Amino acid sequence: MNTPNDLKYAKSHEWVRFLDDTTALIGITDFAQNALGDLVFINLPEVGDQVVSGEVFTDVESVKAVSDIYSPVTGEIAEINEELLDQPALINEDPYAAWMVRVTNITDTEELLDASAYEAACAEEEG
Amino acid sequence: MKLIFERSRPGARCELLPPCDVPAAEWTIPLRATPPRLPELSEIDLSRHYTALAKEAHGVNDGFYPLGSCTMKYNPRINEEMAALPGFTGLHPLQPIETVQGALEVLSTAEELFCEITGMDAMSFQPAAGAHGEFTGLLLMKAYHDSRQDTARTKILVPDAAHGTNPASAAMAGYTVVSIPSNEKGCVNLDALRAAVGPDTAGLMLTNPNTVGLFDENILEITQIIHDAGGLCYYDGANLNAVMGIVRPGDMGFDVVHLNLHKTFSTPHGCGGPGAGPVGCREFLAPFLPVDQAVRQGDGFTLEQSMASIGRVKAFYGNFLVVVRALTYLLTLGREGIPEAAKNAVLNANYLMHLLKDRYQMAFTEGVMHEFVITLEEEKKQSGISAMDVAKAMLDYGIHPPTMYFPLIVHEALMVEPTETESRETLEEAAQILHEIIDRAHNEPEALHQSPKRTCIGRPDEVAAARQPRLRYLFPLN
Repeated sequence: MNTPNDLKYAKSHEWVRFLDDTTALIGITDFAQNALGDLVFINLPEVGDQVVSGEVFTDVESVKAVSDIYSPVTGEIAEINEELLDQPALINEDPYAAWMVRVTNITDTEELLDASAYEAACAEEEG
Repeated sequence: MKLIFERSRPGARCELLPPCDVPAAEWTIPLRATPPRLPELSEIDLSRHYTALAKEAHGVNDGFYPLGSCTMKYNPRINEEMAALPGFTGLHPLQPIETVQGALEVLSTAEELFCEITGMDAMSFQPAAGAHGEFTGLLLMKAYHDSRQDTARTKILVPDAAHGTNPASAAMAGYTVVSIPSNEKGCVNLDALRAAVGPDTAGLMLTNPNTVGLFDENILEITQIIHDAGGLCYYDGANLNAVMGIVRPGDMGFDVVHLNLHKTFSTPHGCGGPGAGPVGCREFLAPFLPVDQAVRQGDGFTLEQSMASIGRVKAFYGNFLVVVRALTYLLTLGREGIPEAAKNAVLNANYLMHLLKDRYQMAFTEGVMHEFVITLEEEKKQSGISAMDVAKAMLDYGIHPPTMYFPLIVHEALMVEPTETESRETLEEAAQILHEIIDRAHNEPEALHQSPKRTCIGRPDEVAAARQPRLRYLFPLN
């Protein structure tokens, strides 16, 4: 499992890359894409939408199932990665390059984990 | 195989329609400028086309079909004979009521019997499928809350093991879905349920036995928690085959129920059915049922329309001939046969699980009912063989694979439902095949990754099939 050290992670399997104190890129982790399998569709919110930490902000569909994606932060969508709409497989290929949204005006975050704590959480989940 | 358009020969034709028996009338609507590009075939070519299609499909009449949660039981021929009676097939839904008394008796008798099985007080046969029934049932719940001006109830609780249609139907009905986690036994986590209910709870959707094949022993407490919060309880009848004639959803505390006649009550299933997802409810919800309802009146039957009805959810009376088949099944099996079928469904699932459990890891083994769930999570880590590989390999042995990757709470899941209509010999043969597949998984994993070899299609590109489906025939340019 690939878990870069320079990112923060939510237990619900999203990664956060802070660009500054109130701006971040968000995507789903290698663990998540591996569990989901090949992705065929992705929904993305619209620029200007408000997202709330711990609440569903979008969903992805793999050949197995549709799964909700939770927002690890509270803030406003500033940009979406439109490339993913046509090529959701980019998330399977390189989940950490395939950011889904850029969020600004971040006022709150989930309890975010560093790489080693996240790996431990995944190991626990796998039992 | 050739598509029907590729079999077309200019000028070929067949006389399948009888001569017109009404006077010709003048056509006043403008005709289209170019004729439609319909295929031109002789009767034998048409017959060969459909036979070729049938040969590439797998139905329960071809072989074992243990598709979990789908109850692919054998449909007795007598159902078809009854549905083919000319008195039924020649009916028009707008015929005068005195000429369709027999059809109304079918609907009314079926309602009576299905209410007895479910513990409900009234039933509508309009919904055409299970999810359609769910949607209709939710509209009944909504109409009930609205009728009491209790409009702050916006949330439907759904366990995380539920059929995917449950949250989808709730969303379609305008509700917000709250997912309730399962406990370590695969049943509803009562603490999480208690924490989730409140004045905004419209109701709960639950299937029991649930999707891992377990009967939730806390069911009375679950429905009580919802009722105490002012919500209603919806029973997803997809798994009724395990308990029909033995336990009634009404006695478990449910207020609304849908049945899948095409699963539990042996009517055509798969490839478009047509299905039937009748919705039953308790007395206080009956005024909201779709119209029209067939009711007994004196010596005959009439149709009634309740002013409080949610309206029609399908034209006329639903898929009426499906109800004829299901009623035939009920009357054939009778009061003793229905619970016996359920018991045999549970026995068959447990026997097959017993034959497999030394070689395949089971998600749950205690209290398994009509279906069981295998997890290949460890197998995948060790040998690289996934649920998909085992499922694909089964095709080469003439067995339809079980449901894959469901329920979502079990990883690398294969959900197996043999049903009561399979013999002991069929189950033993299937177990032997599954043993052989797991042997091959260890001895020749590469071959397993490449199966199936004997089917017309091997492993389609699922991503391309989902993203770039080509469903339309492209006529060659002249």
